[in-house]
Amino acid sequence: MDITVNGEEKRFEGEVSVAGLLTALALEPKKIAVERNLEIVPKSLYGETELADGDKIEIVQFVGGG
Amino acid sequence: MSEMFEVAGRKLSSRLIIGTGKYETYQQNAEAAEAAGAEMVTVAVRRVNLTDKDKPLLVDYLDPEKYIYLPNTAGCFTAEDAIRTLRLAREAGGWNLVKLEVLSDQKTLYPDMEETLRAAKLLIADGFEVMVYCSDDPVYARKLEDAGCCAIMPLGSLIGSGLGIINPVNIRLIVEQSSVPVIVDAGVGTASDAAVAMELGCDGVLMNTAIAEAKDPTLMASAMKHAVIAGREAYLAGRMAKKRYADPSSPLAGLI
Repeated sequence: MDITVNGEEKRFEGEVSVAGLLTALALEPKKIAVERNLEIVPKSLYGETELADGDKIEIVQFVGGG
Repeated sequence: MSEMFEVAGRKLSSRLIIGTGKYETYQQNAEAAEAAGAEMVTVAVRRVNLTDKDKPLLVDYLDPEKYIYLPNTAGCFTAEDAIRTLRLAREAGGWNLVKLEVLSDQKTLYPDMEETLRAAKLLIADGFEVMVYCSDDPVYARKLEDAGCCAIMPLGSLIGSGLGIINPVNIRLIVEQSSVPVIVDAGVGTASDAAVAMELGCDGVLMNTAIAEAKDPTLMASAMKHAVIAGREAYLAGRMAKKRYADPSSPLAGLI
């Protein structure tokens, strides 16, 4: 399964949920937000939201800004 | 002075809101925020860096439990971009209070008021509490307030320019007509600019570059804190009338 995460191509074997993706990327769910194909994935649904081939994922966080 | 300032139901004792961009380090940023006495800070929403995960995180230096995070839409040039960004911010942080800015071009970063108003209406309909960066046009400021924005934040001058309050007449018009807080956002260069904004009757000042690009950001943050307090107190005290000629301070009676 090929997905795009923050503009980078990533390949995963088998089924992967949003929670699984975050674990694979070593990201703490508390500090981020996830968008899947332009739709926000609520934190409560990370476990049950399965990714599909071709998905475009954006993972964002707060950074310094004015 | 214990006078509180309220925006969107949140009571603040500091009228100085600071940005968190352009600092050399988040540590320096945290020291400046402390020196400024700020209780609210603006933050941006950006992609997580997947290749360098050891990069320091803002939340580890400026605790979101201690500071009210005000997510912005810096870099957004359409209402849709801004709404997408703030929905992500709401999911990341879990709160509805945001700073909306929809810009027109890279050279001036001047707010696109037509898009800003459109975005504000969509965000408010979606449950957001919108503090809005805007031009110093009193007509648009009124429209933004009528749309339900919880704070009107006109520019003093262009973002990052440090040119100060270049249209005090318009800022005062906006202050006089508004029933929600008016916060000068952008353009402050040094402490006297912040004092001028407050003397005009603004409820607060939001700044980033003036502190971050000072030679000593922590000292400038402290200067800004005092300037905002001084300007506020001067506004409340009511300044003397200006006169064209001298008026002696010592009595004329009893002159030898």
